[in-house]
Amino acid sequence: MEGSAVRLQGLRKTFGETTAVDGVDLDVRDGEFFSMLGPSGSGKTTVLRLIAGFETPTEGRVALAGRDVTERAPFVRDVHTVFQDYALFPHMTVEQNVAYGLAVRKVPKAERLVRARKALAEVDLEGFGRRRPDRLSGGQRQRVALARALVGRPRVLLLDEPLGALDLKLREQMQVELKALQREVGITFVLVTHDQEEALTMSDRIAVFRQGRIEQVGTPAEIYERPATAFVASFVGTSNLLQGDAARRILGTPETHSVRPEKIRVLKESATADEPETATATGTVAEVVYAGGSTRFLVDLDAGGRLTALQQNLDTSAEDVAAYRGSRVRLAWRRRHAVPIPDAR
Amino acid sequence: MTVTAQPAGGRPEGALRRLAGLLHRRPRLRLTLLLAAPLLWLTVLYLGSLAALFVSAFWTTDSFTSQVVRVWSADNFHELFTTPVYRQVALRSVGVALAVTALCVVIAFPLAFYTARIAPPRRRPFLVVGILTPLWASYLVKVYAWRLILSQGGLADWLLRPLGLSGPGFGLTAAVLTLTYLWLPYMVLPVHTALERLPAALLDASADLGAGAWRTFRSVVVPLVLPSVAAGSVFTFSLSLGDYITVQIVGGKTQLIGNLVYSDIELNLPMAAALGTVPVVVIVLYLLAVRRTGALSSL
Repeated sequence: MEGSAVRLQGLRKTFGETTAVDGVDLDVRDGEFFSMLGPSGSGKTTVLRLIAGFETPTEGRVALAGRDVTERAPFVRDVHTVFQDYALFPHMTVEQNVAYGLAVRKVPKAERLVRARKALAEVDLEGFGRRRPDRLSGGQRQRVALARALVGRPRVLLLDEPLGALDLKLREQMQVELKALQREVGITFVLVTHDQEEALTMSDRIAVFRQGRIEQVGTPAEIYERPATAFVASFVGTSNLLQGDAARRILGTPETHSVRPEKIRVLKESATADEPETATATGTVAEVVYAGGSTRFLVDLDAGGRLTALQQNLDTSAEDVAAYRGSRVRLAWRRRHAVPIPDAR
Repeated sequence: MTVTAQPAGGRPEGALRRLAGLLHRRPRLRLTLLLAAPLLWLTVLYLGSLAALFVSAFWTTDSFTSQVVRVWSADNFHELFTTPVYRQVALRSVGVALAVTALCVVIAFPLAFYTARIAPPRRRPFLVVGILTPLWASYLVKVYAWRLILSQGGLADWLLRPLGLSGPGFGLTAAVLTLTYLWLPYMVLPVHTALERLPAALLDASADLGAGAWRTFRSVVVPLVLPSVAAGSVFTFSLSLGDYITVQIVGGKTQLIGNLVYSDIELNLPMAAALGTVPVVVIVLYLLAVRRTGALSSL
């Protein structure tokens, strides 16, 4: 198929008794920033290793740019990987690390050096070429790994939890930079992550993994606003499910619904929602969690169940929100923001 | 029960506890007690005997009585450098040590690669023990076993006969083979450890960047394992250089430095001492060369 950078068909991988990947079909489009999101043990990293060629599938096919590479070794696949712990060669300088792929491909030495320096400049590491990896900080090592994987201009770049080892500030900064870099070089990125926020901020599309299978594939907005399963609803963002009796009494249907916390307004119990398309539910505030910019209200509903509501601290301060604990409130949200979960059990 | 005097702290204070307290307050005293015995051993017995060896190399013997004459002269060293036989034997000894080391590396690498990376992890400790087991057997038993293997009509002959060849017999080759067998575990062990510590991600990364197995071996595995090879070679090299019993048993007429020292020790002690300094100097030079690989810091 044209326009498909990576195509996986009926992919299965077992290690002895355990099934790591259990029937994965996936198409990653050319030039896309694609994320594989899931908890640890959900098979996302194994899928990445199957694409790179470090593992051979028990069943199924792997195609890169329309060519079947299932049986081919990693070194003949036009795919480079940024490893979780960077896997920089400790006995080489930064420059030698970056130039390694070019040296292997017999690029002339002078050109190798020019391209390695340019790749290092791309990740803001000019002048670090002579250093050894152990003389660099975690963030710098991460950039070297990125430069090393990008310098050969692969068709697909695989990233295995590349930001996992960085602290929060650096991680947020790198998220923005990675996305900008991907747009700039136009290479297909396939990112493995367990961090839903990372996936949401960077990706064009996301596949949510669970127990070796894909639960849902879609854009960040689709995944977040229209979760296809209860698992996706709870793994991406805060789980806020209205089930059974509570759903019937509040929404008039026993179907399970998901409502995102930031869509819910916290009103006084006596307040009435004037707008016709609004659902409301009364309850008692069980807990308030003040988090600087916003406050989370955990409300036990009279109809049963508990909902979390997220409110920006526009006029309220820490003392104000603390007073809410134990008080009666009315929660209100637009009906369209209560999303039915088809497969909920 | 008698009531013992209790110090202010409330705990009974015996002689041992008082000593422990003293040592706690006096770190220098602690260090002195800790190191006194080994330092005495090292300086007096070890360095002392080395010095005695070096000094006696400058004495001579009375050619009639074979008595040591304590007169300073550099004659022994002069003879060492000018007599062709001595030079040949010295070079042959270094050659044997290098050959044994090279053979050990060639055999140890694939073996250690299997035990460290290919064999199922649960079986690895048993394989390592298997490699070390020969070290628990007597040196002489092992060498005589090799004498049997290499003797005429022995195992080596029998194995090679279908190929129309015969075994190497007793001689230099036999000595090299036997020494390789003897010191192989000293090479396998460090190489095994280094290969086991090699992160799998580095091999994946190399393959990922387009390198085939041979290129990965050459550019990633060898450089990272080299310090351990050098560390192992310190053992194989120096043990081979100092050996003279194996050569006597399987070496035929081959003579190494050790044999000359052994035969001179009765008749001409100063000459034996002068010969004995040769391997010491060679090994010091070897260690200086090995140090450049960083191997000594990984010992």
